[in-house]
Amino acid sequence: MNLKLKIWRQKNANDKGKMVDYNINDVSPDMSFLEMLDVLNEQLITGGDEPVAFDHDCREGICGMCSLYINGEAHGPDRGVTTCQLHMRKFKDGDTIYIEPFRAKAFPVIKDLVVDRSSFDRIQLAGGFISVNTSGNTQDANAIPINKDSADKAFDAATCIGCGACVASCKNSSAMLFVSAKVSQYALLPQGEVEAVDRVLNMVKQMDEEGFGNCTNTGACEVECPKGISLENIARMNSEFLKASLKG
Amino acid sequence: MSGLLKSSIGRKFAMALSAFFLMFFLLQHFAINITSVFSKDVFNELSHFMGTNPLVQYALQPVLIFGVVFHFVMGFVLEIKNTGSRNVKYSKNNGAANSSWMSRNMIWSGLVILAFIVLHFIDFWFPELNTKFIQGDWSGMHDGEFRYYHELQEKFLSPARVSAYVIAFILLAMHLLHGFGSAFQSSGMNNKYTKGLKTFGKLYATLIPLGFIIIALYHHLNHNH
Repeated sequence: MNLKLKIWRQKNANDKGKMVDYNINDVSPDMSFLEMLDVLNEQLITGGDEPVAFDHDCREGICGMCSLYINGEAHGPDRGVTTCQLHMRKFKDGDTIYIEPFRAKAFPVIKDLVVDRSSFDRIQLAGGFISVNTSGNTQDANAIPINKDSADKAFDAATCIGCGACVASCKNSSAMLFVSAKVSQYALLPQGEVEAVDRVLNMVKQMDEEGFGNCTNTGACEVECPKGISLENIARMNSEFLKASLKG
Repeated sequence: MSGLLKSSIGRKFAMALSAFFLMFFLLQHFAINITSVFSKDVFNELSHFMGTNPLVQYALQPVLIFGVVFHFVMGFVLEIKNTGSRNVKYSKNNGAANSSWMSRNMIWSGLVILAFIVLHFIDFWFPELNTKFIQGDWSGMHDGEFRYYHELQEKFLSPARVSAYVIAFILLAMHLLHGFGSAFQSSGMNNKYTKGLKTFGKLYATLIPLGFIIIALYHHLNHNH
């Protein structure tokens, strides 16, 4: 199929950037979206132009590296998949496809479609972990009883790959789905309880300092999340935070 | 505890608390107003009680005004912060693909409700303050009978005012359709009761504004002049 692409081009972080039109022909419906961009880049390189920079790594939908805001949606029109798992059969011959970087003040564009998501790393560093005793006599985790419901919910929260689609989709650029997944992952397990108060207070503080917006419960993040992280996690984080604020 | 209102979640929670309070007030306001459709005397009695009871006037009324002002001011503060958190807008954004119109436009439905409250104050509350606090007339009487029902009917003579009220109530319904469930989510409640609460919220958000519309239309069509 033949497509018209409108792609955000920006030389570097300081450049103003603009949408640029490209035509691409003979795109196979079996290609992944990123493969289609690979073909476009080969065309650009052959023609002596600068290729389009975009993030990608595993191309298996689990690393959280690929991003892209495609036709007005994070990771494109498909549900439950990252951009690398989006296939061209989701589009029709003659379509115009808008391709933009994830937009948020806390995700500054580095080049073209590549954004700096290190704000997520800083939030993780603020408390998204448990302090495990590695002295050699660490308790076997399987020896601690955990009810199945909590274990399942913690595991579901832990499937967050930190891609930032929640921020990109949210009209307020809120990072609450991401942060709440990380908070919930530990809050639901006995190993996480010890540091629960500091964790939620510090992670939310860092989230606020990074300049993300405030959640207004539109639910867009949950719909666009490639891992289906539930809004229930945000409610849990809210409740954890309010309890921690009373204690802390 | 200190600095809770400076945090994003603390502000969400504060918005939710003021919303709960306002939704409870709305229910109470509706419960009194709907009596005007059935009984002039009951409406007059209740209005006189609410308008002259010291507890209502000097305790509940200031709390209500604080709640209204807080909800609006915090709503604007959050909107400004949220708008500023995306400095470059998308060329193409398909918000309808993942969220409801109501949830994305709370600020606009809120602004219409704010404009309505100004109109409502000009219609009822400011004249009430004038009568009681400036003229010093706490009797509630006019021409030998309670004035409240008469004043209500008077206001709804104008088709323009009734239309403005109806439009505002439709926007109020839209605001509540998102706001009711949202307030529970912001308070940290998302559990087995959420589904039922959301259904109840939809009923509340539809029936209360619809009831207010019926009251306005009833008095427009059935005035005794």
